[in-house]
Amino acid sequence: MSKVTLTINDKKVQAEEGTTLLEAARSAGIEIPTLCYHEKLTPQGSCRLCTVEISRGQQPSRLVTSCIYLVEEGLVVQTETERVIKGRKMILQLLWARAPGSQVIRDYAVKYGVDREKFEVSSNFCILCGLCVRYCAEVKKKNAIGFVGRGSDRQVMFYPEIAAQECPQCGECWKICPTGVLPSNYAITRVPHFNWPVNPFFPQYDGK
Amino acid sequence: MPILDSPAKLEKFREEILSHRKQEKPCVTICSGTGCRALASEEVARTLVAEIEKNGLKDKVDIRRTGCHGFCEKGPIMVILPEDICYLQVKPEDIPEIVGTTLKEKKIIDRLLFKDAAGKSIVHESDIPFYKNQSRTVFGNNRFIDSKNIDDYIALGGYSALSKALSQMKPEEILDEIKKSNIRGRGGAGFPAGLKWETARNAPGTTKYVIVNADEGDPGAYKDRSLLEGNPHGVLEGLIIGAYVIGAHEGYVYVRQEYPLAIENLGIALEQAREYSLLGKNILGSGFDFDVSIQQGAGAFVSGESSALMTAIEGRVGEPRPKYIRTAVSGIREKPSNLNNVETWANIPFILNKGADWFTGIGTKGSKGTKIFSLVGKVNNTGLVEVPMGTTLRHIIFDVGGGIPGGKKFKAVQTGGPSGGVIPEKLLDMPVDYDEMTRAGSMMGSGGMIVMDETTCMVDIARYYLKFLSEESCGKCVPCREGIYQMLKILNRICGGKGKEGDIELLEEISGVVQEFSLCALGQTAPNPVLSSIRYFRDEYEVHIKEKRCPAGVCKSLISYYIDPEKCQACMICARSCPVQAITGEKNMVHVIDQEKCTKCGTCIEVCPQRFSAVTKLSGEKVPAPVHQKIKVRK
Ligand SMILES: Cc1cc2nc3c(=O)[nH]c(=O)nc-3n(C[C@H](O)[C@H](O)[C@H](O)COP(=O)(O)O)c2cc1C
Ligand code: FES
Repeated sequence: MSKVTLTINDKKVQAEEGTTLLEAARSAGIEIPTLCYHEKLTPQGSCRLCTVEISRGQQPSRLVTSCIYLVEEGLVVQTETERVIKGRKMILQLLWARAPGSQVIRDYAVKYGVDREKFEVSSNFCILCGLCVRYCAEVKKKNAIGFVGRGSDRQVMFYPEIAAQECPQCGECWKICPTGVLPSNYAITRVPHFNWPVNPFFPQYDGK
Repeated sequence: MPILDSPAKLEKFREEILSHRKQEKPCVTICSGTGCRALASEEVARTLVAEIEKNGLKDKVDIRRTGCHGFCEKGPIMVILPEDICYLQVKPEDIPEIVGTTLKEKKIIDRLLFKDAAGKSIVHESDIPFYKNQSRTVFGNNRFIDSKNIDDYIALGGYSALSKALSQMKPEEILDEIKKSNIRGRGGAGFPAGLKWETARNAPGTTKYVIVNADEGDPGAYKDRSLLEGNPHGVLEGLIIGAYVIGAHEGYVYVRQEYPLAIENLGIALEQAREYSLLGKNILGSGFDFDVSIQQGAGAFVSGESSALMTAIEGRVGEPRPKYIRTAVSGIREKPSNLNNVETWANIPFILNKGADWFTGIGTKGSKGTKIFSLVGKVNNTGLVEVPMGTTLRHIIFDVGGGIPGGKKFKAVQTGGPSGGVIPEKLLDMPVDYDEMTRAGSMMGSGGMIVMDETTCMVDIARYYLKFLSEESCGKCVPCREGIYQMLKILNRICGGKGKEGDIELLEEISGVVQEFSLCALGQTAPNPVLSSIRYFRDEYEVHIKEKRCPAGVCKSLISYYIDPEKCQACMICARSCPVQAITGEKNMVHVIDQEKCTKCGTCIEVCPQRFSAVTKLSGEKVPAPVHQKIKVRK
């Protein structure tokens, strides 16, 4: 694997070919906010929080998601431009209205000085980052949870048949959920006619 | 059945077909497009067959069920060739007269002809203003071809471009010709087709794909459907040529399930092309192998986006891919995959036959050739319209479309579907061109044109499109899903009479981020209907917010119906028609609408006899207090 050199926030950074801008930045100690990224999982590029501005030579700069865009020789990356910040703030405000209880979002909101009153709260608790979905599919290879629906009605759901078999002895996705909504989502799935064993990790949600 | 294993055999076969077809033999063509079928053209055709047999004319008259003629407003359409006599809105009852008078006695039936604005009858299809003002090229063959019969296409010179390509041209020469023609994509952003082909051709790998995008998800658009239903071989010929240039041996046509006739006709076309050796192994004896399969889409708007469409072909949920690599380099199963719109493909045989210079002779500097539009909405002649690029909107809407019905005033036209925007009256003289449309805040898109008159509320229109997009977005990325959701909430609030100071600015602010931060072009273009309507009709938004008034009288929360005591004649018609019994009234007493009960369906205003015209629509004013009084009898 050959190395490429690029500039991130005026700092020369070396990275292996095939790595993403996000990985290159983080390895150089430059922090970029993320919500749907997880180092063990295929990037989904959906929260758009990791968006950065790139340019090359005389070409006009453009916005790309750093969790997907791969490093290129000579690329100039800025992670905190005005354009980028403006979008991140809006994204955080949009998400806050959906998951006002999420600590991760609160922390980012504080960091970016976001006015949380922008949108009226209409909470569905989940931000659809898909970490649980990918974790279950890629790491656990169980596919007990997935996306259903599209547009504003998109949701994450446990598939009862698989979940009844797999989730009680696992529960690992709950730990990576940034909003903490999964346990209740799971509880809803535990429809009465499944007589599930008590979950060893989260017994409090399995009170019969 | 002829096996056309060389260009010479194709030519010989063509001559053979033509020698059997005498020019002077009458041929009755009946449109069998979806529009005319909905108006019972199949029954008309069956009646005609029976009537012709009854009259012993079976050997003297040909009958052909053709593709869509475009003038769907006036279907079922019948054209009698070679005279080009055009009968509109033909009913089965008209058939005996048509056979007796026109076919036997050679006389015209005046009542079935098109009447122009002055009431003058027009005999020939090509003289009808709707057609006369068009330049039908790509769409032109539809009306001469029985879409289920490959011989009809061949008789008109079909597959000669393919034959020329395979026998006389190297792939790179064809590519040069396509690049020189500067044809831009007819389905989306108008990307130059030649450049895309070149990328796919040069991309490493031996397995490559070519794909026809017939997803056509824009509300109101149906030009791809009509092309595919009416002349599937025209699209197929273009596709095979593209495959040859790119080096693909497999192709897909992605058609939405809601287009059963297109799927049926295309399936028949593929079978026939295979039988004739125009598809499959060793096409026209050239050594080039290529075959095509049909993929049915489940009709999600977003599946028409290129990477989503390819994901769907792979058998997964059709959602856009988060990747910064072009599908022309890495598409279906990560192989180079060249996707073009139906109309783009259908243009290819014309370019090869007539040359790039012919093509660049039509249109504007940056937009060449003709373009097909689905002209619908508040316009007299709805239908499919093909005009040279650069034609003005005014020409399309007023000369071809015949203007606005009911003496109403033109207000705006939505182009480019949900990804496009509204264009106001002051820009009616704008030439239709990719770049001009984008500058105007809209988009060429795939050629939808929805005409709106003065009774249309622009805020309501923006809301309609956002509602569509909020349901049709895949919902994966945050700016698109949540941004559209919040924008729709604001628009609902404005239309609902709860708009706030700052709402317009907030819409603009969210729009900016949705455009820049969304993953795919659905989100990137989703704010267009909102931004363009704010740009050209900001005052209408302001009136909704500040005065709680809907100038067009559309937004239900902002209007009331009121019966004028001075005009009411106590006829009871409105009271009896009101579906929620909100109108009280008795003989000789002025009728009164109970504003609490009223659902604002507008029935009362419709049924109130015109000579009374007692019901009015109020917006932005208080409804006068109800009065219990005797009517004033008019002299
Ligand atoms: C949400 C969305 C829907 C689309 N739907 C269609 C469609 O129905 N038909 C089509 O030809 N292109 C559609 N496109 C554009 C395609 O992504 C692609 O650009 C086009 O098919 C390429 O063909 P062309 O270059 O010949 O136009 C859509 C794009 C987006 C973002
Ligand atoms: S972390 Fe890159 S889009 Fe979410």
